[in-house]
Amino acid sequence: MIKLYDYELSGNCYKLRLLMSILGVEYSTVPVDFYPGREHKAGWFLKLNPLGQLPVIDDDGLVLRDAQAILVYLAAKYDTAGTWYPRDNPELLGEITQWLAFADGITGTASAARLHDALFYDFDINAARAGAHRLFRILDEHLWFGERQGREWICSTSQPTIADIACFPYIMLSEEGGISRQDYPAIRRWCDRVKRLKGFIVMSGVFPAGPAKAA
Amino acid sequence: MAMTTRCSDSVVLNLWHPLGALAELPVDTVVDTVLLEERLSLAVGPDGTVAVWRSCAEFAAGDKIDAASVCNSLPAKVAYGYLWASLGCPPDELFPIPEYDETDRRRLNAATFGVNVSAPRAIENFLDMGHFPYVHTDILGVEPHTEVKEYDVDISVERDEILATRCRFFQPLASSASQTGAEVEYIYRVPHPYCSVLYKSSPVDGARYDVIAVFMQPLSQETVRAHMMLCILDEDNEDKVIKRFQQTIFGQDKPILENQFPKRLPLDPRAETPIRADKSAIAYRRWLNRKGVKYGVIPAPN
Repeated sequence: MIKLYDYELSGNCYKLRLLMSILGVEYSTVPVDFYPGREHKAGWFLKLNPLGQLPVIDDDGLVLRDAQAILVYLAAKYDTAGTWYPRDNPELLGEITQWLAFADGITGTASAARLHDALFYDFDINAARAGAHRLFRILDEHLWFGERQGREWICSTSQPTIADIACFPYIMLSEEGGISRQDYPAIRRWCDRVKRLKGFIVMSGVFPAGPAKAA
Repeated sequence: MAMTTRCSDSVVLNLWHPLGALAELPVDTVVDTVLLEERLSLAVGPDGTVAVWRSCAEFAAGDKIDAASVCNSLPAKVAYGYLWASLGCPPDELFPIPEYDETDRRRLNAATFGVNVSAPRAIENFLDMGHFPYVHTDILGVEPHTEVKEYDVDISVERDEILATRCRFFQPLASSASQTGAEVEYIYRVPHPYCSVLYKSSPVDGARYDVIAVFMQPLSQETVRAHMMLCILDEDNEDKVIKRFQQTIFGQDKPILENQFPKRLPLDPRAETPIRADKSAIAYRRWLNRKGVKYGVIPAPN
C-alpha cells in the first residue's frame, strides 16, 4: 500500500490526499511534525528526500518526492479511465505540465505568504502577495475565457485533470496569507466545481461546497 | 530612547503575556518577537533563566547571549511550559492550572500559530460549542447532534475568572486517544482576558479531565500568536500525533476566526445578537467591560 509522508496543514500533501480520494486509492499516512518540530529536516527524513520537503510517497519501494511529480505518477498509474493524466494525448500532456509548473509558482507565492503569516517564516510578504495576485489574475482570465467557450477546467478537455488538483489547495488557502480572492470570480466558480467532484475531501482551512443552488 | 508604548490600556499592559514555548526556544540565543506592537527580544539560559527586553541594536536575533547578563529586563517568568512577560506591573502570580503538576500527564505546545484575529474574538470562539458539528465535522461534532444543551456560567469573584460548567456535547472523536464517539463534558475557565483553559472528560480515565489551554499573545489589536497548551492523559500516541490532532482542529477554526467582522470584539450588548448557547460569550464580554479592557475590543458606550 502507498505510504504518504504527510502533514495535515500542508496544501501540497493535501493535493495528494485529494487525488487519492477521488481515484479511490488506498494509502496510509506517516505523520511528519513539519511544524513546530521541523521533522522534514531531520536526518531520517533527509534520507528519503534530501531536499527536506513534503510530501513524499513510498509505493511498494518506489520513493517519490515533489507534489506535482507524485500527482503525475498516481494518475498515470491508478486512474483507470485515463482522464486525469491522458497519456496518449501529447497536446494535453503539454498543457497539463505547463499548469503543474504554474502550481509550483502558486506554492512559491501564495503558500509562502501563508507560511509567513501563520508559521512566522521570514519571507518578503509583500513580494509573496504581489506574486500570488499576478498568478491569480492570469488564471482567472484563463478560466473566464474558458467559461465563455464552455470549458470548465484549467486544461482543454471536458474532464478535470491533475492540473486542477495541483492549483487548487494553495488558491483555497490564500486568505490565510492575506490574499483575497474577491477580485477573481472565475477562480471562485472553478473552486466550487472542484469541491463538487465525486470523492472530494477537505483539509483544515478548506470547507466543503455549500448546497447547490436550486435550478 | 523612546519608552512610550503603543498600547495605552493599563489593564492589558499590566497582564502577563505568553511569548513562546520554552521547548522550542534555542538556549542562550536572542529571539525577537512582538507584544502589543512593541518589538521585544528574549533569551533563555541553560538553567532556565529567562530575560525579555525591548529590542535594541546591541543584540540582534540569532546572536549568542548569556540570558543572566541582560540588564533592563522586563518582568518575565516561566509557567506552563511558556515564557511570559509584561510591559507593565504584573501580579506576582499567573492564574493557577494545578493539573499541570500532575506527573502522568503529557504536557506540550501543540503549536504556535499566527492568526489575523483580535485576542478576544479568538477566546470567544474557543468558548463556543455551537460551531462544533459545522466546523469540526466528524471530530468535535456531527449532525444531527447540534444542540448546545443548557449549561451554567458563573463569574468567580474570589478568583476573578469566568467558569462555564455542565457543558456537554456529543463528539465523534474527542481526542487523539478516542476509540469511539461519546458525550463529552466540558468545563471552561477564562482566568485572563486573553487566555482560556478547557477541561474535557478524558477518554482514558472517566474520573479525570484533559486540559487544553489557549494563550493569546497579542501582536496588535487585530493579530495574535495563538499558543496551544496540551496537558492530557494519553500514554499511547507519539507527541506528533497528539499535536496533529490539535493542529487539525485549530486549522479548521482559523479561517472562521480570520473572517470575523468587526475584528475587534464589540462589548456593547446591543452590537451583536446572542442566542442562549452564547451564555459564556455574554459573560466574557461583560467581564471584559467591567475590567475596563480596551485593547482588541470595541468598548461599550458609557
